[in-house]
Amino acid sequence: MEQLVRSKPPEVESPGFLPASDIDTGVIPIRTSGRGMLQVAVDETRRTAALKAPVKARVEALDFFYGELKALKNITMDIREKQVTALIGPSGCGKTTFLRCFNRMHDLTPGTRYEGSITLLPEEINLVARNIDPIEVRMRIGMVFQKPNPFPKSIFENVAYGLRIRGVRSQIRIQEEVEKALREAALWDEVKDRLATSALSLSGGQQQRLCIARALATSPEMLLFDEPTSALDPIATARIEELIAALREQVTVLIVTHNMQQAARVSDYTAFIYLGELIEFDETSRIFTNPGQKATEDYITGRYG
Amino acid sequence: MSTEGLSHHISSRYNTDLERVRSSVLEMGGLVERQLTQAIGGITEPDARVMVRVAQEELRVNQLERSIDEDCSRILATRGPTASDLRLIITILKTITDLERIGDEGEKVAAIAARLALRERPNNRYREVRNLGEVVIDMVHDTLDAFARFDTKLALQVLRRDRTVDEEYEAIHRQNITFMMEDPRSIRRALDVMWVVRSLERIGDHAKNICEYLIYLVLGKDVRHTKIEEIEKELQAPRG
Repeated sequence: MEQLVRSKPPEVESPGFLPASDIDTGVIPIRTSGRGMLQVAVDETRRTAALKAPVKARVEALDFFYGELKALKNITMDIREKQVTALIGPSGCGKTTFLRCFNRMHDLTPGTRYEGSITLLPEEINLVARNIDPIEVRMRIGMVFQKPNPFPKSIFENVAYGLRIRGVRSQIRIQEEVEKALREAALWDEVKDRLATSALSLSGGQQQRLCIARALATSPEMLLFDEPTSALDPIATARIEELIAALREQVTVLIVTHNMQQAARVSDYTAFIYLGELIEFDETSRIFTNPGQKATEDYITGRYG
Repeated sequence: MSTEGLSHHISSRYNTDLERVRSSVLEMGGLVERQLTQAIGGITEPDARVMVRVAQEELRVNQLERSIDEDCSRILATRGPTASDLRLIITILKTITDLERIGDEGEKVAAIAARLALRERPNNRYREVRNLGEVVIDMVHDTLDAFARFDTKLALQVLRRDRTVDEEYEAIHRQNITFMMEDPRSIRRALDVMWVVRSLERIGDHAKNICEYLIYLVLGKDVRHTKIEEIEKELQAPRG
């Protein structure tokens, strides 16, 4: 049956001359008054594409407590698939706390507590539910920290680590995956001749890209970046930003940054968090040219409220 | 947004920078307005020296245009302005281009005024030019006022008046064609008058442009190439 469909496209009712695939890609046939057909291509700009991106994670009424202290208050927002979402806000506003909820980094801190949910789609798994194993969450949602933190092992072993944890035994498969991850992290050309040397011999920017490769090796669905460039020089920063832009093709990215221009450059969506509350969440271009809330405006333009 | 918001940055030097560039724009606007008033005055009250005075102002206007441009580039490079600050800088960069052109048109009017002063005057003493000139001077004046106070209501009023200017321009155009047909000796003068009213009409357009930038600055809405009725609706609607 399938073969039959492939060899002969299904009949489309009115426009017999149009292959079905054209209709799928948004070419709408319009019938004009008896003078044949007119094709109108639907304009697919990046913007509308972003708006149509499916939801990857749905945050609903999320509260987070450090003991008595309520650090996150009733946060509700959608993280869109294969888009970059930036979290901005002053120090201590809760943006890193929020980011860390996504891979259960708080679990080891005593007295912490989640309320509400972060639902990962399409499986509808609540990431912060007690019965969900944090190790499994971390396999699917990787994290890159402010300071590069490679293991004191070889470059190769750093990237292979996650695969070995996952139980991958085949040397060939591991080699393939390591190369792929290093290529994706734009590091392969710089390290391919010294994979066996210590990761600590790399420069700061290279170490950070190694950490990104390490996170990519387990093919995560989402990557969390906590101020990934604050310890790097402008050139290394530009490389990481390029990389984030390229990663958008395959993973959903959530990034915390104190650098407003960086948020404006790399993200599609921006969330402004203040005192544990989500003040505004919108397309990045809008947040940085015409935000809806005065508090957002004051923060991004460097005013006191 | 309002004008007070300008001076609330954590960095006081940023406040000073923005405040300075904004007051330079107002100074430039004031000079251009004066140029225009003098130029039109030179037509209704014959004055052969009007050209010299207007040209002197022009030097200062050009100087200001360059220094404002430079200040804006520096702010963009060093501060990376966002949101309303970004809109302010963009608005200023565009506004000074239009102001400078208003000055240029004023200079053209002054040059013709100097020529007309040497010739016999018509019975109506160029009343139609004076009337249109008054409307246009008011438009420029109110545009600068609106800019100084971030007043979108006043900006909208200026936009409405642009239609009057266009109609008046058409009327004068037809009238002059009639004059030329009746008496070929009037062609020279009629053509000069046509040049003047053409300049005035252009000045009205520049004032309109500035008012549109101002609405963008204050509300973040781009109202260029939009029907006036729709702009009115936009101004009433909540920010969206």
